[in-house]
Amino acid sequence: MTIDLEDLGLDAGGYLIVQRALRDLPIGSRLAVHGRDPALRVHLAVWSREQGHGIDLSGPAPTVVKGSATTARWSRARRAGDPGPDGTLPHADVRWGLAMRGALVEEGGPPLHADLIDRGVVWAEAAQQLYQHGAARQWNPDTAVRWDAPFALPSEIEGAVVQVMTYLVENEYAAMQIPAGFIARMHPHYREVMQVLAIQVADEARHVEVFTRRAMLRSSEMGVSGAGGRASLQTLLDETDFSLAAFLLSVLGEGSFLDLLEFITRHAPDPVTREVAGLALRDERRHVAFGMAHLKYAADADRALLGRLRTAVERRHDALADTAGLNQDVFDSLVVLAAHAWTPESLRSGWNAVQALQKAMNEGRQRRLVQLGFPSDEAVELSALHTRNFM
Amino acid sequence: MTLLMGAVAYDPKVVTIWEGFRRFLVDHGLPFDFILYSHYERQAEDLVAGRIDAAWNSPLAWVRARRLAGAAGARLEALVMRDTDRDLRSVIVVRGGSGVESLSGLDGATVGVGAVDSPQATLLPLSLLRNHGLAAGTNLTIRRFDVGVGLHGDHVGGERDAARALIAGEVDAACMIDASHLLFAREGLFTASSTRIIAETEPYDHCNMTTGPSADPVLAARFRELLLGMSYEDAELRSLLDLEGLKTWRPGRTSGYQALESAVDEARFYGEDGALLADDYRP
Ligand SMILES: [Fe+2]
Ligand SMILES: [Fe+2]
Repeated sequence: MTIDLEDLGLDAGGYLIVQRALRDLPIGSRLAVHGRDPALRVHLAVWSREQGHGIDLSGPAPTVVKGSATTARWSRARRAGDPGPDGTLPHADVRWGLAMRGALVEEGGPPLHADLIDRGVVWAEAAQQLYQHGAARQWNPDTAVRWDAPFALPSEIEGAVVQVMTYLVENEYAAMQIPAGFIARMHPHYREVMQVLAIQVADEARHVEVFTRRAMLRSSEMGVSGAGGRASLQTLLDETDFSLAAFLLSVLGEGSFLDLLEFITRHAPDPVTREVAGLALRDERRHVAFGMAHLKYAADADRALLGRLRTAVERRHDALADTAGLNQDVFDSLVVLAAHAWTPESLRSGWNAVQALQKAMNEGRQRRLVQLGFPSDEAVELSALHTRNFM
Repeated sequence: MTLLMGAVAYDPKVVTIWEGFRRFLVDHGLPFDFILYSHYERQAEDLVAGRIDAAWNSPLAWVRARRLAGAAGARLEALVMRDTDRDLRSVIVVRGGSGVESLSGLDGATVGVGAVDSPQATLLPLSLLRNHGLAAGTNLTIRRFDVGVGLHGDHVGGERDAARALIAGEVDAACMIDASHLLFAREGLFTASSTRIIAETEPYDHCNMTTGPSADPVLAARFRELLLGMSYEDAELRSLLDLEGLKTWRPGRTSGYQALESAVDEARFYGEDGALLADDYRP
């Protein structure tokens, strides 16, 4: 076979033409390379040597004799699944490293330091859809909230809002760190799940932003942070099992937060508080949906999972038995926030609203537990063991 | 008994390469170890004296070891070499616009070469020039770029400095191995028409793995067999082979060192007995 590089040098990309011509030839084939670059002969000899091809300079045109090295490099390469949403394999090989799903992976290279490498352990059928949904609904904290909306609150009411925001922010920190830690441990073969978690982290970052900004809007002094609440969050941070963490954080914790954020949206004493809670609520619905989708998938793959979920709730309850759970100041602030005013009548209505909130949270948790396959009596029992910190 | 090999540490990657190869060889039942030298002269002397059993020799180290062994009545064998050690060429390069068309145009010129002990960038091209009646001190001025003296030209720095001097107009011609010409073109040091090759040497061979008089024949045979059996399909070996710049080991041959033997004699670099003669060579 013969090719002509015209005046293109091998050093300026000419080797691509040679490479392409050699690609489909059998080993041992001869390829005569014509061209007008004065260094062609010398460079072709070097290039052939480096690539493991032979070179014959005896004729009028230098001739490459195809060697076996290029074939050898890829002879043991394997495809890492298929790129599409149905292309995942039940087990992802750490030796694929960061190769794209569907890529032809050369053997060798450092193995990936990932331990979440089984589909049954991380997957959710709705992952891609939830990612796309989340990506399409990102909002700008600066413009999505009317930060200059006029309002004035009595100082006690404002103080209650600041306290609730102080509480929310520390919960958002936990919700941001937990998925971030799992991203780092996950095999990118299950990229849709990584993407969902990444959007979730970005969501929580925005929640941190808007809650912080609302807290600082009228006040320079933030609320208190109780040791019991932080102990509760620490047990979430300490949970290293992806499914158990999804259960405790997303299904039970964020699930309870749906009711909490809805409560704040409904009872907010000012438009900014209402808007920030409403925006976070939209995102949290998606976080809960992913947790549920994942656990349904994981429970199908592993019938023993429900038992482990149950144990996880009990273990966490025992670990937190000696702590206060929800800070009394946070509880009181929710009452005051919903009361809007410092009168007995208003406080009564705030109190009743918080009672209704706790009932709604409990029912919501029970409903989700039943959806996951727990019998209703067990759902009642487990919901009651959930942390008093809500998250 | 262990087969002890010497290699010259011309680059930190030498440790990676031989640690990796050592693991492979030991895993395949060959008791093998290596020691690193800072230059080739002591390695060649130790090989012939039996202080090491094998040496990963530059072509010039092969020439020296062969001469030392001849004088001492010791036996050497060129066991294996890389596929990329066969049929290399050196080139003599001028600036594209210089008007020099052939070697005769270099009469009275200044020529940039590599380190004093570089076969490819100094000894062989100077021999080519000499055979065309061009010699230092008579009708040629030599400008030497001594980088990595003692490494027998393994360090590309001297060639690169000579190439830079050519582009800067400080020398009329520069000498280098063919692969460096392509390398400098890829790096952009040479642009499309900035240089022209006016002469090439005949093909010659580069490194070989030499076994010396102390090598156990059975271990040496196993060493050869294992090296020749290294497959580029093996991912772990492939990364080492890539670092060492080969796809496959080939049987050793000594037919490709004639030109260098002559160049060494012409330059009075080594004596017939392997003595160091070049008085400006301080490895
Ligand atoms: Fe959040
Ligand atoms: Fe969340």
